[in-house]
Amino acid sequence: MNKIIIDSLSLQYSDGTESLRNVSMAIPANQITVLFGPAGGGKSTLLRCLNRLNDLTEVRASKGKILLDGENILDPKTDVIALRRRVGMVFARPVVLPLSIRGNLTYGLELAGETRRSRLDEAVERSLHLAAIWDEVKDRLDEPAVALSGGQQQRVCLARVLALQPEVVLLDEPTSGLDPISTGKVEAALQELKKDYSIILVPHSVQQAARTADHAAFFLQGELVEFRPGQEIFTNPKDKRTEDYVTGRFG
Amino acid sequence: MVNMNRPLDLRKKPRIGESAIQALLFFAGILSVFTTLAIVFVLGKEALLFFNDPEVTLAEFFTSTKWAPAIGDFGIWALVSATLTTSAIAILVAVPLGMSAAIYLSEYASPRARSILKPLLEILAGIPTVVYGYFALLFVTPILRSLTGEDNLGVYNMLSAGLVMGIMILPLISSMSEDALSAVPRSLREAAYAMGATPFEASVQVVLPAALSGIGAAVIVGISRAVGETMIVAVASGATSEFTFNPLQAAETMTAHIARISGGDLSYNSIDYNSLFAIALMLFLVTLVLNLVSQWVVAKFREQYE
Repeated sequence: MNKIIIDSLSLQYSDGTESLRNVSMAIPANQITVLFGPAGGGKSTLLRCLNRLNDLTEVRASKGKILLDGENILDPKTDVIALRRRVGMVFARPVVLPLSIRGNLTYGLELAGETRRSRLDEAVERSLHLAAIWDEVKDRLDEPAVALSGGQQQRVCLARVLALQPEVVLLDEPTSGLDPISTGKVEAALQELKKDYSIILVPHSVQQAARTADHAAFFLQGELVEFRPGQEIFTNPKDKRTEDYVTGRFG
Repeated sequence: MVNMNRPLDLRKKPRIGESAIQALLFFAGILSVFTTLAIVFVLGKEALLFFNDPEVTLAEFFTSTKWAPAIGDFGIWALVSATLTTSAIAILVAVPLGMSAAIYLSEYASPRARSILKPLLEILAGIPTVVYGYFALLFVTPILRSLTGEDNLGVYNMLSAGLVMGIMILPLISSMSEDALSAVPRSLREAAYAMGATPFEASVQVVLPAALSGIGAAVIVGISRAVGETMIVAVASGATSEFTFNPLQAAETMTAHIARISGGDLSYNSIDYNSLFAIALMLFLVTLVLNLVSQWVVAKFREQYE
């Protein structure tokens, strides 16, 4: 079953950097879909289209459609606030809000109007468990989140997104600043999470792409070069450019 | 020609230009510190002469609410009350308006709108304060009087002076706050937006707290400007030393009193003359205390967020 269908999406930024050219792909539900390729290929741009975070940037022109459960989210009539609750995002650098750990977790829910303490507490515990960080922070939930290490902060950011119970989780190089142990924990958490969520991941290396992908898409200079299920793209790439990249000839 | 065959000499050699520049920069830095110390010294020395005068006692100065040098009444509260009242009005005007302007400029305005509005706002800061003073007296006061009824509000009153003083420090507060807000990393805003925050929620709940120390500094500078402001109050709030916190009344602030008295022909070493230094010292103390309180408040808030 497809969660998201991207139909001939093109986008150009006003300053001429990174863009997308006629991208079409179907992103399945409850799987990890990996978008990989060299920098400037349009992976992050695509992610930021999926929750309309690109609205904050100066976009010169965009066309095409993105269907989330059949609904075009690029429609100007889309409620972006509601969209962002359904499509959560974790960024490359952990950005904790200047609040306590608990405050970071409950912020999104409070914005959504949840005030019941029991519901909030339950969401905090559940999502910290899912992000594999509960044991490390359970005794210090009221301490400032900035006091945590980078790896812990990033898992708090993941937990914060999960607290909102989105349908889709976007991750933009979520482990690029993390040590191998924290990276392992995040990757393991993702494998658990895909049971309930559709995950779209921009990995920070080809190795991570190969480790995590259920489906993988290779992007080069704004173009979707190859999109295939499973590990085929890494073991038996069809396109010469994909092959050159996964074998390390460039990138 | 450098001889490339010989290794570079590693022994330390004097670099005269570098030392001279360091000395010059150090001098520039120490000059302002020295000036401050010298001012405090002069104020203290002259104020000491005032307090040594048999006509005044320290207790009277700090507790009495009557200031009438001609008959030997020296109660600083008559002047402090006016300074506090006008400054409080100014802050009540400038902080909410200035913050709103800052949030608009940094969070809502398009780059084009910002590039036009910010310089315009900063022009307000360049208007001489004596102009503001006459603006208060000849434009704002008549409007206020027609609103409240002429019996309730005199030609000279603290309300008008305070309001206009607020307008004067508004660009200062909004400009400094806008800088602080703009310095908050974009990633923090995006994090808030990605969690379903509206622009208003993101700016008030996430960006504002993150910029709090810069905004605190803006408010502190604003308060200091208000307390030290002279021309507006001298022109618009009257020349009667009255102990009152009622903004509808006329009263003379510490600064306005100093300006008025020192403008007249004052004989050197008279008690009037010496009293000016005691007022100035008090002004210095009030500013210092307000600064310390504001810094404490900001530090308290920061603990919650950082």
